[in-house]
Amino acid sequence: MNLAIFKYAAPMTFYRLAGRMIPWFAWGAGILTAIGLYIAFFVAPTDFQQGEAYRVIFIHVPAAWMSMFIYLVMAFWSAVGLAWNTRLSFMMARALAPTGMVFAFLSLWTGALWGKPMWGAWWVWDARLTSSLILLFLYVGIMSLWSAIDDPRRGDRAGALLTLVGAINVPIIYFSVQWWNTLHQGATISMTKAPSMAATMLIGMLVMAFAAWFYAIATSLVRVRGIILERERHTEWAAEILEGK
Amino acid sequence: MLRFLTAVIRRDLKLAARRRGDWLTSQFFFVMVVSMFPLGIGPDPAMLAKVGAGVVWVAALLASLLSLSRLFADDHRDGSLEQMLLSPNPPVLLALGKALAHWLIYGIPLLLIAPILGVQFALPADAIAVLMLSLLIGSPVLSLLGSVGAALTLGLRGGGVLLTLLILPLYVPALIFGAGAVDAAVAGLGAEANLSLLAAFMVMTLLVSPWVAAAALRVSIE
Repeated sequence: MNLAIFKYAAPMTFYRLAGRMIPWFAWGAGILTAIGLYIAFFVAPTDFQQGEAYRVIFIHVPAAWMSMFIYLVMAFWSAVGLAWNTRLSFMMARALAPTGMVFAFLSLWTGALWGKPMWGAWWVWDARLTSSLILLFLYVGIMSLWSAIDDPRRGDRAGALLTLVGAINVPIIYFSVQWWNTLHQGATISMTKAPSMAATMLIGMLVMAFAAWFYAIATSLVRVRGIILERERHTEWAAEILEGK
Repeated sequence: MLRFLTAVIRRDLKLAARRRGDWLTSQFFFVMVVSMFPLGIGPDPAMLAKVGAGVVWVAALLASLLSLSRLFADDHRDGSLEQMLLSPNPPVLLALGKALAHWLIYGIPLLLIAPILGVQFALPADAIAVLMLSLLIGSPVLSLLGSVGAALTLGLRGGGVLLTLLILPLYVPALIFGAGAVDAAVAGLGAEANLSLLAAFMVMTLLVSPWVAAAALRVSIE
C-alpha cells in the first residue's frame, strides 16, 4: 500500500502533525465544554423525577462512554503495533491510557455523587458500577506494568499483550457481572425505565460527549509528543527541538 | 510434540516434589486466609454458610497468584527457560505444560482441602460437592490466565504484587461463576448453569492463554 497517510507513522512527521493538531482540539474541547455546560445548567429543564441532581449526567455519561471507548482504541493500537511492529502505535496506546483512566475514575466519582441523592447510597453493587470499577482496575494494571518495565521495547509489547487479553475479557466480565447482579439483588433501581429525555438534555449530553472526545484527543497528542521526544532524543531532529526550547 | 509437553510437566512435578516447603507454604496460605474470615466476621453458622463459597474462592485466587509469581522465575534465573525457548519445540507447548503442571501441583490440592474449609463454614454436604466441582473446573483458569501474567512480569521488581494487579481483574468471571455455583446449590436453584458457564470460560482460556503466554515469554526474554 502506498498511501500518503502512512508517512505519518514515522515519529518525526507525526510529531509535527500532532503539534499542528493540538491547538484545534484543545480549543475545540474548551469551546464545546463551555457550550455544553451552558446547556446543562441554563437550558436543559429540571427533571420531573430526579430534580436538579440529574445534571451530573452531563459529565457522567460522556466520561463513562470515553472510559470504555478509549480502552477499545488502546486495544486497536496495541493490535496494530503487535501486527506491524510500528513504534508509534505503542506510543499512542501509552498516551491514551492515563486519559482513559481519568475518565473511568471520573465516571465512578460522578456516579457516586448521583447515586447518593437518587439511590440513597454512594455505592451499590450494580452491574454497571461494578464493571466500571473492574475497567478502572484493568487500566491500573496496564499502567503499573508499563511503569515496572524500564526497557521501552519490552514495556510496549508486554502492555499491548495485556491490553488485548483485557479486551477479550471485557465482554465476558461484563456479562458475568450482570449475571451475578441479577442473581444477588434484583431490587436496585434501574435507569433503563426512566422516561425518555427532553431534547435539550440529549443535545447537552452530546455536546459534552464531543467535548470529552476533543479533550481526550488533545491530551493524548500532547502526551504522545512527549513520549516521541523521549524515545527519539538521540536523533538529530529531536535533539534540535530539545535544545531549541 | 506430546513428548515435549509431558516432559515439561514431569520436570515441574519432579522439581516441586524436591521442594516440598514451597508447596506447603501455598497450601497453608490458602487455609490461613480462609480461617481468618470467621474471626473477622463472627461465628454465626448461617452467615458463614452464606459467605463460605466466596471466601474459599477468593482465597483460592490469592493462593494461586502467590505460587504463580514463581512459575517461570526459577527457570529464568538459572537460564533453563531460555534454553527451552531456544529448542525447536513450540513455545506454546512450553507455556501450556508449565500452566498444566502448576494446576496439578497447586490447583488440585486446593480442591482437596476445600471440603474441610467448607465444613468449617457450615456448608451443607451437597454444596461442598459443588464447591469441589467448581474448583475442579475453575482452577485451570487460575493457572492458565496466571501463566500469562507470570510471563509478562518475569524478572520485574515487585513482580508478585504486580502480577496480582494485572491478573485479579481477569479472574472475575471465574470467581463469579465458581462461587455462584455453590450459592445456587445452597439456594436450591441447581448449579448447572454456573458450572456450564465456568466450563465455557475454562475452555476459552485453555485455547487462548498458552499462545499469549508464549508471546509474553518471548517479549520478556529477548
